[in-house]
Amino acid sequence: MDPHLTWNLYRDVTQLFDYPFMVNAYRAGTIVAVTAAIIGWFMVLRRQTFAGHTFALVSFPGAAGAILIGVSATYGFFAFSICAALVIAASSRSSRGGYIEESAVIGTVQALGLAFGFLFVSLSHRNVSGAQALLFGSLVGITNDQVIQLLAGGLIVLAIVGFIWRPLLFASVDPDVAAARGVPVQVLAVVFLLVLAVAAAEASQVTGSLLVFALLVLPPATAELLVERPGLSLLTAVAIALLVTWLGLAMSYYNDYPIGFHITSLAFGAYLLAQGWRRLPRWTPFARTSV
Amino acid sequence: MGRIRAWRPVSRLLSESAAGREQPAIAEAGSLASRSALLQANTLAVEIRNAAARRGNRLIWSGVSAEIRRGEFLAVLGPNGVGKSTLVKVILGLLPLASGEVRVLGQPPGRANRDIGYLPQRRSFDPGLRVRGVDIVRLGLDGHRWGIPLPGLNRLTERGREEDARVLDAIQLVDAEEFATRPIGEVSGGEQQRLLIAQALIRNPSLLILDEPLDSLDLPNQAASAALLNRICEERGVTVLMVAHNVNPILSYLDRVIYLARGGSVSGTPEEVITAETLTRLYGTPIEVFRTADGHLVVVGQPEPPHGDVHAHLVG
Repeated sequence: MDPHLTWNLYRDVTQLFDYPFMVNAYRAGTIVAVTAAIIGWFMVLRRQTFAGHTFALVSFPGAAGAILIGVSATYGFFAFSICAALVIAASSRSSRGGYIEESAVIGTVQALGLAFGFLFVSLSHRNVSGAQALLFGSLVGITNDQVIQLLAGGLIVLAIVGFIWRPLLFASVDPDVAAARGVPVQVLAVVFLLVLAVAAAEASQVTGSLLVFALLVLPPATAELLVERPGLSLLTAVAIALLVTWLGLAMSYYNDYPIGFHITSLAFGAYLLAQGWRRLPRWTPFARTSV
Repeated sequence: MGRIRAWRPVSRLLSESAAGREQPAIAEAGSLASRSALLQANTLAVEIRNAAARRGNRLIWSGVSAEIRRGEFLAVLGPNGVGKSTLVKVILGLLPLASGEVRVLGQPPGRANRDIGYLPQRRSFDPGLRVRGVDIVRLGLDGHRWGIPLPGLNRLTERGREEDARVLDAIQLVDAEEFATRPIGEVSGGEQQRLLIAQALIRNPSLLILDEPLDSLDLPNQAASAALLNRICEERGVTVLMVAHNVNPILSYLDRVIYLARGGSVSGTPEEVITAETLTRLYGTPIEVFRTADGHLVVVGQPEPPHGDVHAHLVG
């Protein structure tokens, strides 16, 4: 294949979809961007980024192990990530230790996961680029089946979050009052960990395990800087995630640098712009009106 | 609430109200049961009979009895660690009693929680929390509901308009119009407190329970919050039950206090209960009560469970 940019913008765009693998990359990227932005918004609000990162890292040994035993990597991503969520949920539920206790458990799970990932990669004698694709993402080789699996996972997760949206928001910002009002705070915490595990495993498959934060953290964090209204902030996060994913895929198609790098640096750029905009002095034309 | 044109977004109404273009809705709250009528009816909001509470193996308190009448402004007092918050958890049905009986608004604890507004201990929001005050207040109304809320759709339905009006009403009641649309992490502790009171009041509860609401506030804000709670108690006929460490900011408003100790409790008017004789009998150690020139009470010699150290401090 020999993609190259021309001055014909229309041709540049249609060229993106000349190959089926790019069509699938766009399908997968779109599904993952929407899912990750919505779940990530709650993750940032609940200060569970460490857990999110761990689910992504743990999905790496999952994928490596799945390839080792000869099944689709997607199953490995989901299986390990969900297992990690169950372990973390069980151990932080039994002791009411709060965040410190939880982060210690998460760190333990993460270290063990990475160790197994390394083992599986060396056992399967795969070349270095195979492991690299798992860690840093790759846009080639996303199959139709994988797209359908991603779509199914994404739809389930989004349906769950849509159903629990208000109680989850309540439990996230004000757990004591929510509990007194009959919101099942503990159950919601477990459900959210599972949902987060699925979202992190999905994002890993596009950006790679190490760069999931490009989609899970950066778009929601950027959106929170820009708008205060919860619903609007969520939509902004989705819009940013879609934009950086689509652009990142296109850039990676044309210049061959890794996809994870493009998505991450675009998302980082958006975050920087949002931070800069917030800090504009009040006399400048585009400064925020509210304090 | 007829005067509110509720088909506009709450944030718009708030900014108009802050600019003084709309009269506060509280002026029309007169249809609610007045406090004196409630007090005369002499019905009980909370009834505690010979109750005991445990956490794990530890007995927190036992032999506690008290009656709280509807419309009263009441404080639960006692030294740190005596189990004041435990009593609140029991009333809310979050902790089962080890023995004895509690009835809340005529029902077993936990059943009537829809009719109770609750402010737990502590809470200042993280400065980075970018959720607006008005959203926090609204969660008090619909935060327990499942399903997807459709933004904007609220204004099209009768119920949605009524809910918008209630959010606005609660915010006006605590005079929070000016900062309700700012992220809650960015407003001061006293302002957060007022928004949380609005959240607790939004469902028109008949009982408002606050756990050490004045603790994290400076003195002027303590006085302002106490006066606000008293106003809510009088104008809305809400029974106010407040856990307090220091009785002085609320002393002039109190109808009744419950003094809690390991082996029981005493309740009555502040004049009856906060005396050297009563407290000495309750705690079994010599306790003195002084009244300062400006009317404040100082209790000396109160035991600090579980260590039993002897300290002097303001009535708590």
